[in-house]
Amino acid sequence: MNEVLTFSPILIEGTITTIELTIASAIVALLISFIVGLARFSRHRFVRWTAVVYLEFFRGTSAIVQMFFMYYVLPLLGVNLSPLLAGVIACGLNIGAYGSEIVRAAVQSIGRPQHEAAISLNYNSYQLYRYVLIPQAIPMMIPTFGNLLIELLKLTAVASLITISDLTFMAQIIRVQTALTLEPFLVILVIYFAISSILIAMTNLIAKKFSKGRNTMQAGGN
Amino acid sequence: MNKIIEFQGVSKSFGDLQVLENLNLHVMSGEKLALIGPSGSGKTTILRILMTLEPIDSGIVMVDGDYLWHQKTDNKLEPASEKHLHKMRQNICMVFQQFNLFPHLTVVDNIVQPQVLIKKSNKNDALNKAEELLALVGLEGKESQYPHQLSGGQQQRVAIARALAMDPKIMLFDEVTSALDPELVDEVLTVLHQLAESTDTTMLTVTHEMNFARDFADRVLFFDKGKIVESGPPDMIFTNPKEARTRDFLKNFIGKI
Ligand SMILES: Nc1ncnc2c1ncn2[C@@H]1O[C@H](COP(=O)(O)OP(=O)(O)OP(=O)(O)O)[C@@H](O)[C@H]1O
Ligand SMILES: [Mg+2]
Repeated sequence: MNEVLTFSPILIEGTITTIELTIASAIVALLISFIVGLARFSRHRFVRWTAVVYLEFFRGTSAIVQMFFMYYVLPLLGVNLSPLLAGVIACGLNIGAYGSEIVRAAVQSIGRPQHEAAISLNYNSYQLYRYVLIPQAIPMMIPTFGNLLIELLKLTAVASLITISDLTFMAQIIRVQTALTLEPFLVILVIYFAISSILIAMTNLIAKKFSKGRNTMQAGGN
Repeated sequence: MNKIIEFQGVSKSFGDLQVLENLNLHVMSGEKLALIGPSGSGKTTILRILMTLEPIDSGIVMVDGDYLWHQKTDNKLEPASEKHLHKMRQNICMVFQQFNLFPHLTVVDNIVQPQVLIKKSNKNDALNKAEELLALVGLEGKESQYPHQLSGGQQQRVAIARALAMDPKIMLFDEVTSALDPELVDEVLTVLHQLAESTDTTMLTVTHEMNFARDFADRVLFFDKGKIVESGPPDMIFTNPKEARTRDFLKNFIGKI
């Protein structure tokens, strides 16, 4: 164990890389979630259709293969991405597909009466979504987004396969250099668990903040 | 006085169920109309057609001199575009049975937001108007509460204030007290009654409260199976109805009138 701890500088570096990868991918995923999720409500069939194809493609194919595609295939087409960028884009696009379903489901769960109230006040459809439906849907999204964030954290481990020096990558290095197997992986499991615990605590905090003073569920928002 | 609403031969079905059949109906500007009739007779459907929540199958609806569900292009009558409906909705606002307040906004923001977004009022004017209207419906001091913190009767009064803030020419009320506990009904009806006396807004209300219909309305319309059976001043309908069906219906309310 002590031997592993002598590698703590690279473990710290790996932890930082994993966190960076997670945060950057989460931002991409969040944008994608809203764009693709809201596109499902578009008036234009083509836009709705594109969103469904996007969703089914990224949900229906392997995240590892998507990442390999970004990193190994795109250069052949003349697009060179750094490992980190390829990782962020692949993780973001993949998790964003799942996130779009969270956005769609939450917005869809706001009932007809809210639509009708808005129409009665002459809101147009942009105003309906922007000021009535989405603000009510967001508090519902947060817990599920929290779960997805943990999925994202776990997915980032795959990025070590495209030479990103994240936690998992560092564990491999330690294993090769020390011939120890149990210890490095045990240590990174603990670190992953610590990160996910922090992420869960953060989502709970945000969820609490959003539910304050505006109890959507009780308020006849159906 | 001119006709502000006119239904000309309007029919409407839901699947096999014909709810309105060749309906002709007009409402004069400023008139207070009460729609009464048995459940399922199509009263709500009439209001929803006027609020553009439910399209018609055939016929014509005129509101304030313009087609509601149609528009004229090159002298041809075509189904109304979303843009035309948007224009027509400026005249009309509806208050719903279940209040339909925005649960994520405070009471005052429920009234301010539509003014700012739709009427392009500036924030301060909208705020002043909201305060004024809240006082009118007896809810001073509730500005910063959220809807779920209010009783049903209070929520409905906020909904009425929110509709009033839009300054519509026509207000529609669909059984606005039937979701309320009995002891909360009067506070809402009192507000409506005062409104009816003090404004020249055209008001259509669907109600099962016959006493209220009598006090509120200039004209009562008895409706059955998608057709107007009888229409006239409240005194006539309630004390001396001509049609047997009206008498039968009103029997259910004897002692309550
Ligand atoms: N969206 C809909 N789809 C199918 N049927 C409908 C729909 N809306 C109304 N109906 C039916 O049309 C008929 C007339 O409905 P409407 O709501 O206008 O009646 P109402 O006079 O308001 O009745 P109540 O006093 O019960 O409110 C009813 O039989 C109702 O079930
Ligand atoms: Mg009804």
